[in-house]
Amino acid sequence: MRTILFILQKEFIQIRRNRMMLPVIFVVPLLQLLILVNAANMEMKHIKICIVDNDLSSSSRLITGKFSNSKFFTLQCHTFNMEDARRQLENDRADIVLHIPAGFERGLIRENKAKVQLLINAINGTVAGISNAYAAQILAGANREIIMQWYGIPKTQAASAAINIIPAFWYNPDMNYKIFMVPAILVLLVTLIGMMLATLNIVREKEMGNIEQINVTPIRKIHFITGKLLPFWIIALVMLAIGLLIGKLLYDIPMVGSLPLLFVVAGIYLLAMLGFGLMISNTAATQQQAMFVMFFFILIFIMMSGIFTPTDSMPHWAQTINYLNPVAYFMRIIRMILLKGSGFADIYRDFLILLGYGITVIIFAVIRYRKVS
Amino acid sequence: MKHFFGFVRKEFHHIFRDRRTLIILFGIPVAQMLLFGYIITTEVKDARIAILDHSKDETTRKIINKLASSGYFIIAKYLSHEQEIEACFRQGTVKEVVVFEPDFAQKLQNEKMASVHLIADASDANSANLIVNYTGAVINDFIAKENTSSALPLQIISEPRMLYNPELKGVYMFVPGTMAMILVLICALLTSVSIVREKELGTMEVLLVSPLKPLQIVLGKVTPYIFLSFVNVITILLLSNFVFGLPVRGSITLLLAESFLFISLALSLGILISSSTSSQQMAMVASMLGLMLPSILLSGFIFPIDNMPGWIQWICYINPTTYFIIILKNIMLKGLGFISVWKETAILAGMTLFLLMVSTKKFKVRLGGK
Repeated sequence: MRTILFILQKEFIQIRRNRMMLPVIFVVPLLQLLILVNAANMEMKHIKICIVDNDLSSSSRLITGKFSNSKFFTLQCHTFNMEDARRQLENDRADIVLHIPAGFERGLIRENKAKVQLLINAINGTVAGISNAYAAQILAGANREIIMQWYGIPKTQAASAAINIIPAFWYNPDMNYKIFMVPAILVLLVTLIGMMLATLNIVREKEMGNIEQINVTPIRKIHFITGKLLPFWIIALVMLAIGLLIGKLLYDIPMVGSLPLLFVVAGIYLLAMLGFGLMISNTAATQQQAMFVMFFFILIFIMMSGIFTPTDSMPHWAQTINYLNPVAYFMRIIRMILLKGSGFADIYRDFLILLGYGITVIIFAVIRYRKVS
Repeated sequence: MKHFFGFVRKEFHHIFRDRRTLIILFGIPVAQMLLFGYIITTEVKDARIAILDHSKDETTRKIINKLASSGYFIIAKYLSHEQEIEACFRQGTVKEVVVFEPDFAQKLQNEKMASVHLIADASDANSANLIVNYTGAVINDFIAKENTSSALPLQIISEPRMLYNPELKGVYMFVPGTMAMILVLICALLTSVSIVREKELGTMEVLLVSPLKPLQIVLGKVTPYIFLSFVNVITILLLSNFVFGLPVRGSITLLLAESFLFISLALSLGILISSSTSSQQMAMVASMLGLMLPSILLSGFIFPIDNMPGWIQWICYINPTTYFIIILKNIMLKGLGFISVWKETAILAGMTLFLLMVSTKKFKVRLGGK
């Protein structure tokens, strides 16, 4: 026991002496929370529309008015020239072009129907789909009014049977995307700090050749590993606390659930991640190697964890692979606890899997670790 | 010159000897492309929803069937009480509950208006919004079809055309960003770490007293990475063409020339980082935080810049990756020529010149001390 304490003491002195550590521990969470949370916003605000009105009739004016009054669209330009509009689309100054052809109103009255064309920049497919839906909705509204104008039918009759759709957004009625991102950034923070720094720390000793000196001391394998990993386990949890505090102060994120439960889950999650880190450091000879291997896996783990996108939409085989992704469990649990106040009974299955996972990984990594290379 | 080529050969040996890093280097673009092409999607697909049907009539059953067969939703649960909603959300088993009011069909017939409540778990505001939108669209579509019997006069028909990406594939969004990210990773991160490594291990001294000039040392260090970057650019282009059916619409020569410009920029950033740091760990943290994160998050790769608050938009516009992504999108996806990207190209060229000047000036010939 005393050996472990001495190793811990040595490690903490080394960490404190390392000039890089302090900024990493205090500046990184602040920066990440400040920049990432504000930047990571997929909410759609204004779709920039360019209207090419070659008809210049009362109907086309009515449609234009509907679009410029809509809260979904900003009228970027209003022109007669299609070439002009296309250029706006190419330069990303407009997302969508509505073309009302000449003779639109005449056609509408004579043939009872007329076409308008929508050109949508579809590089981002999801946004394009939604823009199209919004535009269709506004056109339908304009259509109803035009019918009313021409036939003078009151609104109630012009509108045939309709279903009144009443949305309600629970847990987040303001639709604030930030409170969804803060927990995710905390996961990122805990993962990067816990796993990355611990792994690099071990590999650094290897690369510098210090590890041989430690290996010839009577320190037992388990003591050495504990001494190496425990400081980062503690630092990562402290970072989580700091991150939560910053999140509360800056973004007023809700903390509905139990914080002790959250820290227990984080502690278990870190076991798994530190175990992975130890395994990587077993096989890597240089810090560069270790970093690349880690970067590769962390990138995939994090992207698949549902940090930005819903995991339900992934193909089934990917969801199956996700059962092996520890980040996905933690990502889900931290959001459930903080935002919805889920208790142990709600998360016990994920909790148990993560616990089993963490213990297995760490035991496996410790067994694989060799003092003799 | 002979010395120089000898040095370059040594650097290539260093890189090829380290098989693991090499595999990862070539694996990252492949894994990323597959990840973004097949797995990561911002769309809603198979979202799990629950139904609370107080009416249980013909119409609600039809709507439920429509929701289930739309491909957007999986009906995971039928509830019978309002109280169950909370528990469902807390366990995270469903993302939305569709509640039909009592006597739904009857009201629709007699009063021409019936209500349906869409209760969404908005802890994920973005997908909640999408799911509610999609549900609304399915229901509206249903009612529009029911109404066609009494067709209205004066129909305005909208003809949408999805430009550049008619099938609305997700991968289109991600190819340019992936390319930029890989180039930053290899050029800036790898280069800076490999130079600092020589410093840290003390082998830099040996190089500096060799007959090679400092400029030659730097050039020799970066040459292999230029080569690697080009291999990766070509891998990504081939993958996107043959696996995802996304050809380069514009000129490939122009694309490669622009990539070369960006590679030089990233390399000069890497040299700059290496001359301002003294340990590999520091170089890694600096390039991760200063370059990788911004190039993923603050470049319009995943998140649209327009949505960000003003001060972050400023950071985006200092970030060279932003311009490179615009250039790639214009050339690859929109098939535009040089005229459309000359401004961005000029900005990148200016940045490169500036960084090259600063980094060659900062590159120290002596170690330690002055």
